[in-house]
Amino acid sequence: MTERPTDAPLWQRSSGQLARLKSRHRAERRFKAYGIAALVTAAGFLFLLLGGIAYKAHPAFLQTSIELSVYFDPAVIDPEGTHEPEVLRRADYGALISRSLAELFPEVTERKEKRALQKLVSPSARHELRALLLDDPGLIGRTERISFPAASDLDMLIKGQIARDVPETERRLSDRQIAWIDALDEQGAIDLGFNHRFFTNADSRYPETAGIWGAVVGSFFTLLMTLVLAFPIGVASAIYLEEFAPKNRWTDFIEVNVNNLAAVPSIIFGLLGLAIFLQVFELPRSAPIVGGLTLMLMTLPTIIITTRAALGAVPPSIREAAYGIGASPMQVVTQHVLPLALPGILTGTIIGMARALGETAPLLMIGMVAFIMEIPEGPFDPATVLPVQVFLWADRPERGFLEKTSAAIIVLLVFLIAMNAIAIYLRKRFEKKW
Amino acid sequence: MAVSAEESRDAVQDAGGGVTGEVKMATRGLDVFYGENQALHGVDIDILESKVTALIGPSGCGKSTFLRCLNRMNDIIETCRVEGEVTFDGADIYDRAIDPVQLRARVGMVFQKPNPFPKSIYENVAYGPKIHGLANSTSELDEIVEVSLKRAGLFDEVVDRMAEPGTSLSGGQQQRLCIARAIAVSPEVILMDEPCSALDPIATARVEELIDELRARYTIVIVTHNMQQAARVSQFTAFFHLGEIIEYGKTEKIFTDPAEQKTQDYITGRFG
Repeated sequence: MTERPTDAPLWQRSSGQLARLKSRHRAERRFKAYGIAALVTAAGFLFLLLGGIAYKAHPAFLQTSIELSVYFDPAVIDPEGTHEPEVLRRADYGALISRSLAELFPEVTERKEKRALQKLVSPSARHELRALLLDDPGLIGRTERISFPAASDLDMLIKGQIARDVPETERRLSDRQIAWIDALDEQGAIDLGFNHRFFTNADSRYPETAGIWGAVVGSFFTLLMTLVLAFPIGVASAIYLEEFAPKNRWTDFIEVNVNNLAAVPSIIFGLLGLAIFLQVFELPRSAPIVGGLTLMLMTLPTIIITTRAALGAVPPSIREAAYGIGASPMQVVTQHVLPLALPGILTGTIIGMARALGETAPLLMIGMVAFIMEIPEGPFDPATVLPVQVFLWADRPERGFLEKTSAAIIVLLVFLIAMNAIAIYLRKRFEKKW
Repeated sequence: MAVSAEESRDAVQDAGGGVTGEVKMATRGLDVFYGENQALHGVDIDILESKVTALIGPSGCGKSTFLRCLNRMNDIIETCRVEGEVTFDGADIYDRAIDPVQLRARVGMVFQKPNPFPKSIYENVAYGPKIHGLANSTSELDEIVEVSLKRAGLFDEVVDRMAEPGTSLSGGQQQRLCIARAIAVSPEVILMDEPCSALDPIATARVEELIDELRARYTIVIVTHNMQQAARVSQFTAFFHLGEIIEYGKTEKIFTDPAEQKTQDYITGRFG
């Protein structure tokens, strides 16, 4: 560095200036510290929230099962040997399971005790057994080792949610039942494995067989309806308003109302859906078609606003270039403006859809809150959706549903994160530099 | 229409400026309003065929507005209102029967900032012929692209990178690409709105050379802030001030012996 010819170097200031400079730097450091503190707090809460949910949810992905030898007794299932599906469907499969249990514990003879023993196996076991036999009637007369879902109480005991050391009267399982469970465990009949039922079943009265798949499919159909309806209508409205509509009082009025609609509480849209789609058009209750239509009303303003913003962000020079070469207004929009606005439009749409995916309130109004045990096969079948499933399970008193609620939240979050990731990918994929 | 095609063609304005020749485009009593503001006041001018006409004047004097009237680009601006008459080969271009889309294919435009489409170099040039259906086959289209790029003096520089985006070129190349894009639809008139203002001196010299070459085939109207540029490339010059034409005539006369004091003041740098 060269010497400055003056006595005072450039950096030498009066004490007052120096003090001010110091305090400015201090203020800057303080400001940074506040920012970091805020970030750490936010991250900490997020971690606590997600960690808490994940901790509560992880047992839901495991399920205790009991393996029993079942003799498919022709005398019980099909006494006349007709092999008629109707006969097979009506047979008493519960009796087969009772018999298998009785063989394991021959000392249990009292009626009340027998019932307590049977309560270790999920009540849904007989439905699974029936499904198995209907699939393969050749099983009649044979003895098979079959794995049944354990009853929720047993499951809770194995997962450590029911303590063994509390007095018997305050426990959901009696000492006898615990003794049986231990005996079964010693035989290796009890196994804690991956809960595939959670990912393949619909809702159930029993926590051990309740699954999320029905809600996933319901959400899929609902969002599909929302997307199919809201995307073209929203994008077309936005293009018209932004590119073609004359600027007058009418378009101003429409614009103000679109902006207001985006701020309307979602339950109002639910009321609207109830009044119009269910009562006027008499569409089926609880169906994804109605859910989709209702969520469309909610998503449309978001899509219109983001699409208009994306179209407005396309530089006017591109429009001028296209007009200057003799492109018609339609060609300017479809061949130049839309491709450039596409990343923004897609991002806005996916974010709107993600909001629709997490929406509960409007769907309660149109009856998507019903208890539905069937996996919907189309948009007209009764269904529920993921957030409503969370809401339903959170309301259940059984201990087993607590973990299911958290697991359902995790599934919902996974879908939301996936949708946002797709939005980011699409934006990167279609973004053009100029 | 006040002036018939024949009259307009013969209409030769010779207010001491020496503007004589075949009239390609003409305006009579052209008023332009942006909402309440009047940007042009009764502009009368004859643009001669196969000549370069330069429009000079201080910022905000209405040069660009005037230029954009010649291919109806002002139609895009909602608040803009055009009154008076603009003729192209004697036909009123603001007539209801005239389709601005067709007009803009015959009166091309090059903008101040190079604005190639975010597409390949080839697509940039081929886009115009495609939408106007000028090529019947791919080979014909290839030929149009090649000829246009050659006339714009860009072909040799981009011959092996036709698939690269037009935006990857340098500023000067981009502007020549925009000129090639305008040429590709075989216009008769090319409007240039300060085509060199965003370019460095070397690129500017290339574009000026190009303008001189293009004069043989096209009628060119160029807006410029650079007086030397106007003197170098144009045969006729119009001086605009506050929305009016102060003086219009042969370029050498405007720059050496202007009739009006205002013109004299402007070209000698006393205001503007």
